[in-house]
Amino acid sequence: MKPSEQTRKPYRAVAAFAACLAFFLLVAVFRAGASPDPSQIPSIFRPDSTPADSIFRLSRLVLSITGIIFAIVFSLIAYCVVKFRRRGPDDGREPAQVYGSNRVELAWTVIPVLIVLVLFLATARVILSVQDAPKPAGAIEVVAIGHQYWWEFRYPAYGVVAANELHVPVSDPANSSPTFLTLLSADTDHSFWVPRLAGKTDLIPNRANHTWIDPHETGLFLGQCAQYCGVQHAKMLLRVYVETREQFDQWIRQQKAPATTSAGVDEGREVFETTACMNCHAISGTVANGRFGPDLTHLMSRDTIAAGAALNTHENLRAWIQNPNSIKPSSLMPAMNLTDRQLDALTAYLETLR
Amino acid sequence: MSSETIALGAVAESGRSIGETLHEWVTTVDHKKLGILYLIYALFFLVVGGVEATIMRIQLIVPHNHFVPPEVFNRMFTMHGTTMIFFVAMPLVFGFGTYLIPLMVGARDMAFPRLNALSFWLTAFGGLLLYFSFIGGNGLYGAGNAPDVGWFAYAPLTSRAFSQGHSTDFWSLALLVSGIGSIGTAVNFITTIISMRCPGMTLSKMPLLAWLNFVMAFMVIFAVSPLTAAQAMLCIDRYLGGHFFDTQAGGSAVLWMHFFWIFGHPEVYVLVIPAFAFASEIIPVFSRKPIFGYPVMVAATIAIGFISLSVWAHHMFTVGMSSYGNTFFTITTMIIAIPTGIKIFNWIGTMWGGKIQFKAPMLFCVAFLFQFLIAGLTGIMLSASPFNWQLSASYFVVAHFHYVIVGAILFTIFGAFYYWFPKMSGRMYNEMLAQWHFWLFLIGFHLTFDLMHIPGMLGMPRRIYTYEPGRGWDTWNLLVTIGVFFQAAGVLIFVANLLWSMFRGPAAGDDPWDAWTLEWSTTSPPPDYNFAVIPAVESRRPLWDLKHPEDPDWKYE
Repeated sequence: MKPSEQTRKPYRAVAAFAACLAFFLLVAVFRAGASPDPSQIPSIFRPDSTPADSIFRLSRLVLSITGIIFAIVFSLIAYCVVKFRRRGPDDGREPAQVYGSNRVELAWTVIPVLIVLVLFLATARVILSVQDAPKPAGAIEVVAIGHQYWWEFRYPAYGVVAANELHVPVSDPANSSPTFLTLLSADTDHSFWVPRLAGKTDLIPNRANHTWIDPHETGLFLGQCAQYCGVQHAKMLLRVYVETREQFDQWIRQQKAPATTSAGVDEGREVFETTACMNCHAISGTVANGRFGPDLTHLMSRDTIAAGAALNTHENLRAWIQNPNSIKPSSLMPAMNLTDRQLDALTAYLETLR
Repeated sequence: MSSETIALGAVAESGRSIGETLHEWVTTVDHKKLGILYLIYALFFLVVGGVEATIMRIQLIVPHNHFVPPEVFNRMFTMHGTTMIFFVAMPLVFGFGTYLIPLMVGARDMAFPRLNALSFWLTAFGGLLLYFSFIGGNGLYGAGNAPDVGWFAYAPLTSRAFSQGHSTDFWSLALLVSGIGSIGTAVNFITTIISMRCPGMTLSKMPLLAWLNFVMAFMVIFAVSPLTAAQAMLCIDRYLGGHFFDTQAGGSAVLWMHFFWIFGHPEVYVLVIPAFAFASEIIPVFSRKPIFGYPVMVAATIAIGFISLSVWAHHMFTVGMSSYGNTFFTITTMIIAIPTGIKIFNWIGTMWGGKIQFKAPMLFCVAFLFQFLIAGLTGIMLSASPFNWQLSASYFVVAHFHYVIVGAILFTIFGAFYYWFPKMSGRMYNEMLAQWHFWLFLIGFHLTFDLMHIPGMLGMPRRIYTYEPGRGWDTWNLLVTIGVFFQAAGVLIFVANLLWSMFRGPAAGDDPWDAWTLEWSTTSPPPDYNFAVIPAVESRRPLWDLKHPEDPDWKYE
């Protein structure tokens, strides 16, 4: 068989595959265009906070330089492949044997050195500006503690403990109020990553790490744990609510209040305080002061349960208490084997914790 | 030089029982048989690791999929990573090195043939130990399980509090055992290259493949030793009450990261330098020109070897190092791009002005050039540590290192299989099937790993068994999974081609590619002890000198 006969079929197949590929890409573009809400896409290229923005600006420089290098080297390789391919049958003659050229080698050594120098200086500036930024007087301090598989947020200055949903005030240039986070871990490694606000920083046991954000706009910013932390790493989701200063102060006031005591849910409260619930969960103002699970004092002020795995609705809450595995397999919360009556009473009690 | 080769000990293969043949292969100390054993063993695990990857990709094809439970997914990514690095990529490069180095330096075997056999069997035993965890991971306590701590097994997930049963022990011991095998192989490579070269082959006349494996072997000694030490420390933690990495007793999780990555980053170069070696042999032969800038290629390799030992903490930009630490590892990582770039330019220089012949080995090497270029550029993006804070531990990183390990390393290894298959088996592979393999695999590779960068930049972390809809990740994951099936089809064609050609392929002849290094001067397959008369060389391309007595290389070198 001649080489041309041997190779014809694969090329034809390649054309067919390329057509398929184009089709799939069209589908992709179509479906991406139909995405429900672009603000819910945690893209690193839509920064809304100084650290994320500095990184975004650095990434534009890095992407343009690497893009230019790619275009040049790609063209060189492509030129070689097209220009110097053997045409026709082998005539047995060898091309000119070239062993090298010191001048050329020097050129393609010095130019990359200069590129690396530029990239390094630009990068070093961003490292220092983000990592060593001074903490202004008006900064909010939060201690974030990673647990298998949920987030604990403590506001020491306010005496507030929250879980999974971080509330911070918006920070405008005129009235800068960034949030500085101290990152701790209760068990394994985790990583705090909200792409639109900042790059990730790990939460490591026996170690205090730091990061900061200063969101410029109000809204909900999504993220999730970015360091494998065990079976349910995938459902350790993270929500950051950026609010106006007034909304934030209101939220703090509400979180500081003790648990509301409502009449008519005593049965549910008794279930909570006589089963294992209270070993892991705290409800301020009651005997429940466990710390292995999220603080439930203001459970109903959260939009989600199970670290963002489900919306905080009556059905989900009941299903979660009945069998956590139905929402989040292998989460550390056990099923309590409650009767339907106990389950309804407990759900009703929890739903009063506003 | 002497080109005479007399088939030594060409024992009639017929008339022996299967038992005798098996006994011969199990007890062999012949570097060629051991090399082939490495390759067969690695190909088997390539298929196993590929199945594990496919299971993960099916699980991720749509959000909230229920194909496998989270535990199984976590075992799959742990086993996939561990298998592909330690029991596919390492045995593949060691297999080719073991087979080719003595032939290329004109030696009759490795310096320590029995150590060579021991190294292979330790590596093989390590793989079996790892896979025994599927049935033995929980010991007598219940159903088996495989390790689920991730391939870099960060502390404290590996401590007994978080990893009960024996799955982590199997993982740790498998790496300890195969690591000892790797160090044995490295010692053997170094000694063979230093002391077994044929007359006339000075270091500056040694084929690049031998040079690059020489550098690689030193890196194995420096990189694998800390990993082996760390495994011993982990076992001490788990069974003798040590607290190296046990954070609940004041141990350090970051210490493990340092130990792992001071192995882990040089390891990338341990794998990619042999890939460079294959490209540096194949590209010249199929361009019909000598390698451009041989001394620069050697110097760049040595530079990569040294620099790669000082970059490990770029895997740890997010663990909260000081700004000075981050700055240091940014500059060292960026510097490594310079010798790497020099290599790419030299391969282009080799093709420039040549008469390039696109047989399967060359196709894979040209694809390697394109893909390694992209892998290097995404590497530069990751080296800028602030950018890394966004990209690390996301699917962007997964795409980046698969670009290196599949796009660069596996592609050249496929090229190497096609290039040296005629020498190893004495038979020619089927070129049409090889081209089908190439194109299917190329399309699958790009569909999977080009698009995999995108969800990473949209905030999708790695190692999640499922993801939320509505974050812009769905479509990309669907397409990425579709690419896997193209790659699987390519690999099946590849295996079928090798098996079919092994028994039915036409005779290849001693020198089917009109090549220039010593392995092509002996018969295909080479006889026991390779050369009846030890050859003597005068240049880097002894067979060129022989074929072109009017214009020999030694006049110019």
